[in-house]
Amino acid sequence: MFNTASTTPEKILQMFAALLLFAAVMGVILFIAGRFGGKRGDKVVAYLYLLPAVLLLTVGLVYPGLRTIYQSFFDAAGSSFIGFDNYSTIFSDKDQLTVLRNTVFWVVVTPFVATAIGLVYAILVDKSRFESVAKALIFLPMSISFVAAGVIWKFVYEYRPDQGNVKQIGLVNQLIVWLGGKPIQLLIETPLNTFLLIIVMIWIQAGFAMTILSAAIKAIPDDIIEAARLDGVNAWSMFRKITLPSVQPTVVVVLTTIGIGTLKVFDIVRTMTGGNFETSVIANEFYRQTFNADNQGLGAALAVLLFVLVIPIVIYNIRSLRRSEAS
Amino acid sequence: MSTATPVTTPPLKADKIGAAGIAKKRLSSPWASIAAIVIAVLWTLPTFGLLVSSFRPERAIKTTGWWTFFSDPTTTFENYSKVFGEEGGVNLAAFFVNSLIICIPSVLIPMSIAALSAYAFAWIKFPGRNILFLVIFALQIVPLQVTLIPLLKIFVSIDITGTFWTLWLSHATFALPLAIYLLHNFMREIPSGLIEAARVDGAGHVSIFFKVMLPLLTPALAAFGIFQFLWVWNDLLVALVFAGGGDEVAPITLQLANLSGTRGTAWHLLSAGAFVSIIVPVTVFLLLQRYFVRGLLAGSVKG
Amino acid sequence: MFGQPTSPRIRAALAGTLSAGLVFGLAACGGGDDDSASTDASASAIDCAPYTKFGDIKGKTVTIYTGIVTPEDTPHIESYKPFETCTGATIKYEGDKSFETQVLVRARAGNPPDLAIVPQPGLVKQLVSTGKAVAAPTEVSDNVDKNWDKAWKAYTTIDGKFYGAPLGASVKSLVWYSPAEFKEKGYTVPTTLDELKALSDKIAADGNKPWCAGIASGDATGWPVTDWVEDMVLRTSSPETYDKWVSHEIPFNAPEVAAAFDAAGGYLKNDAYVNGGLGDVKSIATTTFQDAGLKILEGQCSLHRQASFYAANFEKGTKVAEDGDVFAFYLPGKDANSKPVLGAGEFVVAFADRPEVKAFQTYLSSDVWANTKAKLSSGWVTANKGLDQANLTNPIDKLAGGILLDPNATFRFDGSDMMPAAVGSDAFWKQSTAWITGQDTKTTVDNIEKAWPK
Repeated sequence: MFNTASTTPEKILQMFAALLLFAAVMGVILFIAGRFGGKRGDKVVAYLYLLPAVLLLTVGLVYPGLRTIYQSFFDAAGSSFIGFDNYSTIFSDKDQLTVLRNTVFWVVVTPFVATAIGLVYAILVDKSRFESVAKALIFLPMSISFVAAGVIWKFVYEYRPDQGNVKQIGLVNQLIVWLGGKPIQLLIETPLNTFLLIIVMIWIQAGFAMTILSAAIKAIPDDIIEAARLDGVNAWSMFRKITLPSVQPTVVVVLTTIGIGTLKVFDIVRTMTGGNFETSVIANEFYRQTFNADNQGLGAALAVLLFVLVIPIVIYNIRSLRRSEAS
Repeated sequence: MSTATPVTTPPLKADKIGAAGIAKKRLSSPWASIAAIVIAVLWTLPTFGLLVSSFRPERAIKTTGWWTFFSDPTTTFENYSKVFGEEGGVNLAAFFVNSLIICIPSVLIPMSIAALSAYAFAWIKFPGRNILFLVIFALQIVPLQVTLIPLLKIFVSIDITGTFWTLWLSHATFALPLAIYLLHNFMREIPSGLIEAARVDGAGHVSIFFKVMLPLLTPALAAFGIFQFLWVWNDLLVALVFAGGGDEVAPITLQLANLSGTRGTAWHLLSAGAFVSIIVPVTVFLLLQRYFVRGLLAGSVKG
Repeated sequence: MFGQPTSPRIRAALAGTLSAGLVFGLAACGGGDDDSASTDASASAIDCAPYTKFGDIKGKTVTIYTGIVTPEDTPHIESYKPFETCTGATIKYEGDKSFETQVLVRARAGNPPDLAIVPQPGLVKQLVSTGKAVAAPTEVSDNVDKNWDKAWKAYTTIDGKFYGAPLGASVKSLVWYSPAEFKEKGYTVPTTLDELKALSDKIAADGNKPWCAGIASGDATGWPVTDWVEDMVLRTSSPETYDKWVSHEIPFNAPEVAAAFDAAGGYLKNDAYVNGGLGDVKSIATTTFQDAGLKILEGQCSLHRQASFYAANFEKGTKVAEDGDVFAFYLPGKDANSKPVLGAGEFVVAFADRPEVKAFQTYLSSDVWANTKAKLSSGWVTANKGLDQANLTNPIDKLAGGILLDPNATFRFDGSDMMPAAVGSDAFWKQSTAWITGQDTKTTVDNIEKAWPK
């Protein structure tokens, strides 16, 4: 069952075999866990429950992560130790500083705008007759691969010169022309281009925010709402005093997840500008250094920088976790 | 989208008016509706442009905007027939099967592993809980690219390269941090009274997990399931590295990428190809959305 | 995602195989045609003797990994048939458009294919440095000595060991134009660089933008500029300077190189010359290299410098021929006597030395294979001297094949493909793009020099 399956029935068989094997492993864990009880037994149960996840994560993520940190102190070929040189390059090289600046734009703008739009929209369409259709429309971009998204936005941002009978094929420039302006080479104008790329990410992520927040809104207990309604609370205070506090933990989750997703994003930049015209971000630069420029050390240092940047997000989460624990 | 219309979701009956409902009602309905419509239009327009483009002839796509379609409607199915056609010489159906075979275990495995872990983090006190949770949380940021070579080395050493196992295992692993985090947060919001009551009744953690937690967890699992499915379905990177060895394991994204690949800016083929690739994920979302919402409404959360 | 174009050059090069085929209606479109073509190939039954000495390899499998994907892979797979018939071995073909990064990942992880078709000498070097590549067997080496100019063998000879036999090739020193337009307006094909300039001025004086150019190519944006610069180094300096520049014996910011940039800039950054139907100079940076030359057909520009594989980008029904809608002329040398040619090609690198792998490598390096392949595909050429020119069926292939095998031509391999990755597939591209959008030449060459690994 560990061979390459080549016919469709073989493949399906292999899939079920794998699922059965997996179920058996889980069954054994649960069976053992079921034999423990009491306060002391709790610990054993917890560790048993965590065992498969910890095992996979250690091999699949922790080890490669540590290896990357180690590599970041070595040169391009990974053969000689150079201390913090890669890091000082990141913080002194002019191009790398642009990369850092852009990353800050992305991480500050994307999560907040995407979450705000998702939340507002979730409220607007909640319980409406067309809720599921309306949600599907916003969610749609989520289900589109980055390659497809690149194609889609080409038809939005494309530039054609203002010359003879040449027609615009990008929507934005067509609007500009209709309004009497001259077409702009949108993806070259810095720093406008970075924000135009961010819009694509917001377009993709708002659906995620909307879906999760909509679920949270629906989970607000009816009695709270009833009570507020009897008190004659108006719409704005309802939003501020009831909806927002109730979904606040979920908002944190959404912000965090989008924030992390944004830090890692490189597909959009890669497809649309290739990181040229001062639009590169850390994740893209990491890929470029590692795979195009064959500079393993600098690539690793950029990856480590991504870890480091997520620390504030982690701290914010500890705080809100503690707060909810306390209440 | 109009391509995925076969799946329709019956509108929900609004028996009770929720908080958002009130918020919206009071926000003087016409404005709320207009705002919603504006957002919906803005969000749909780019994709709609692609849909229209995919039915336009190659020349028209390259020289005029898709909106001119409305003044000069020329349609063609040539783009689609080329994507599937014998020119490509590919059996897309086989890759479709591969994608499904890759997706199903890649969703189910991390879902169950993460549910167990999230339960432990949310409802069992044990030493090192917070630290371990934060470590797992922080692992979300490990860029997938750094894991490729070490993982591939391991797969080579246990001799499972070129099989579905590599994809199942790696997708499952990569999904865990986010899955554990999301499910944990969801579980934390379940009233602790429910669990305490069960404990008083003498239930152990195994039976609490199955009898109390799992039914409440359905919507969260559905939500995670959808996202994981989309991620795996649209994934190219993991498939590229681990599905090495040819057509037997390659998913449809890889095939589409290769199909469009040789033709850089063949927008007519790319627009049709892009559409083909999003039909399944959109359908899955529309199908599951019902369970998703039903699960939420039926949940005893609302007591 | 990752599937982003990593190797537009070679991909486009290979795209030629199919699309040029469409243009001339020679591709295997009808099933019947297909069959007869393949039986022809295997019926022209090759001499199996060279492969018997590798012993009985019946039932053995050789895996080959390439960046050549659907549908351009078909002629490749077909061309392996005679070998399979001879030996009873099976060739397992895997095409992947992210080949260039993935082959390194696989080699480093210890999971390489038996053979890889590598489009850049620089990448061959990287693969050899992983320690997983094996030197080519003597049979292959002998074939290469017999069939190729010795410069080709040198590209993949690393530390005295020869690793990769060349396979296909392309000619980059070409300028596309419309023969119909030239005839109508009385323009003539230039034979010196000065004449080219004069022609450009003349077209501009007639009120048209002479040139159109595009360098956008996903994450490889900028590479067409590198070809321009390389061609200019060959012409404004000399092939010898070019070799020193590529091997970094002279720095990247040497005056000769800066002069070549400026010479290219005389065309590319000249508002009177560019960018026909596409905008101003900056629009070069956002126009894809595939789209740029199409403006010739629309009469928006008259000249477009791009390799032989560009034939693939013209729509079905476009006649690519000396008396057709569009064709190419050799980008002239400084004077009519010098004939430097910039080109590129691909190499077969092995990661295993089992008998069946060696046998197949031997087959691929033979003139027998080159002719089999040429018969099966159009839009494909090779610098294999054993190739019978009669097997090249379409005009642009004939032109390219003729240039490649011209004894008076001085062939040089695409320099950016031979430079270290940090320059050849990163800084050179990136800085050239910045150069197009306004960065001056000095800053550009200085920045690239800075990126050269010490």
